[in-house]
Amino acid sequence: MKFIENQKADDTLDLVCRMCPLHLLEPGEKLACLSKGQVLEVLTDYDGALEDIPAWCDKCGQEFMGLKEDEDCYKLYIRKTH
Amino acid sequence: MKNVYMDHASATPVKRPVIEAMLPYFDKYFGNPATVYDMGSKIKEIIEEQRAKVANLIGAKSNQIIFTSSGAEANNLAIKGVVFAKQKKGNHIIISAIEHHSVLNTARFFERMDYEVSLLPVDKHGLVDPDRLANAIRPETIMVSIMHANNEIGTIEPVSELSAVCRERGVIFHTDAVATVGNIPVNVNELGVDLLSLSGVSVDAPKGIGALYFRNKLRLMPLIHGGIQESGRRGGTENIPAIVGLGKASELALQGLADKMAHVQGLRDLLVEGIHERIDQIKQTGHPHKRLPGHASFCIAAIEGEALIFMLNAEGISVNTGSACASKALKTSPVLVAIGVPPDLAQGSIVFTLNSSNKVDEVEYVLEKLSFAVEKLRSLSPIWREQKAA
Repeated sequence: MKFIENQKADDTLDLVCRMCPLHLLEPGEKLACLSKGQVLEVLTDYDGALEDIPAWCDKCGQEFMGLKEDEDCYKLYIRKTH
Repeated sequence: MKNVYMDHASATPVKRPVIEAMLPYFDKYFGNPATVYDMGSKIKEIIEEQRAKVANLIGAKSNQIIFTSSGAEANNLAIKGVVFAKQKKGNHIIISAIEHHSVLNTARFFERMDYEVSLLPVDKHGLVDPDRLANAIRPETIMVSIMHANNEIGTIEPVSELSAVCRERGVIFHTDAVATVGNIPVNVNELGVDLLSLSGVSVDAPKGIGALYFRNKLRLMPLIHGGIQESGRRGGTENIPAIVGLGKASELALQGLADKMAHVQGLRDLLVEGIHERIDQIKQTGHPHKRLPGHASFCIAAIEGEALIFMLNAEGISVNTGSACASKALKTSPVLVAIGVPPDLAQGSIVFTLNSSNKVDEVEYVLEKLSFAVEKLRSLSPIWREQKAA
């Protein structure tokens, strides 16, 4: 797992308190509103997302950039590639 | 004998167009909205259309509405959802002393879990003082919940002032608007609330449906964990007919609100005036002006409210004592205690809640039967005899 710091994002999707499979549904909807090259930050407290979101990015051809462990949630970064 | 119903705070008849709108969703369009085939995805679209209608009624956006099973569930979701999501912030919750049981008992639930709960007192009209709220807020306060209007005494709280106090201090503000949505204009932006509960009952929709408005970016721990319904905030397959009913009723409520308010206020004033003319030693409860237009509430001296309700019932009149405590548990209403009504007078509580369907002749019938019933009960009352002698 790649950890990153000080990553800027163009939009944030807050999924804290929400569980599977929302973390696999809502990023796609949110990315659809971004432009190619823009970065989406996904906030989640669901551990399963740490495996699922990179795998989902692989499957969908989006770039999983890495994650940051914050005080009350994980922050995962996805760059829109298409 | 006439049949007169003046307890619309408890239940309302579902309007015919609302029933007609609901019917196809029991058998013709019965699909599960979580499915991907047409039958399901079309139902999903229907749900979103209803969400927009409910949002429109309160000046919100569609994605700020969560459908629930009732106003009580919406109140539970608002408080438990926020407190569990923000438990790292603190352990203090503030509510008013006259909240509905679904707020009061939710706060008590947290008290059992070692949270601290402050009950804000109200004045003799039932109003919460914004300065008193400001003084009650502490660094560890997570949220404040104060109702928009009280169903028992009709008083409308200064919610926009109360929410401003919370906003300045970074505290989340919830209001239980079950008594107001559908009865007066309600706009979440003007009220400045973070969360607002409403019920189908107050907009002439079926029972078993309600909704919670929540401000964007507010984290809510679900009460019911499940699937993708309500964007993961409330699990369980949606009650589609009831959601359609709430959507249609919301649309109709918005269209007819001004007429309804004028109609019920006229009848309410007639009722209040008539009661004051016919019955002595009576106290009108709640605020004289800042109150729901179709709401009249009284405490009648030397009367036991339950007996009065039964006597009126025998004449075909359905009204309420206003409190489950008074009518079922034979306990003094906490709302009447909070506004300083003496316990003996509080026993004579009677509440009339009017709707568009009520008519002038019904008010006249109630006035006639009410004054007769009060006279009859007082003639049997030793307390009344003592008071008269004194």
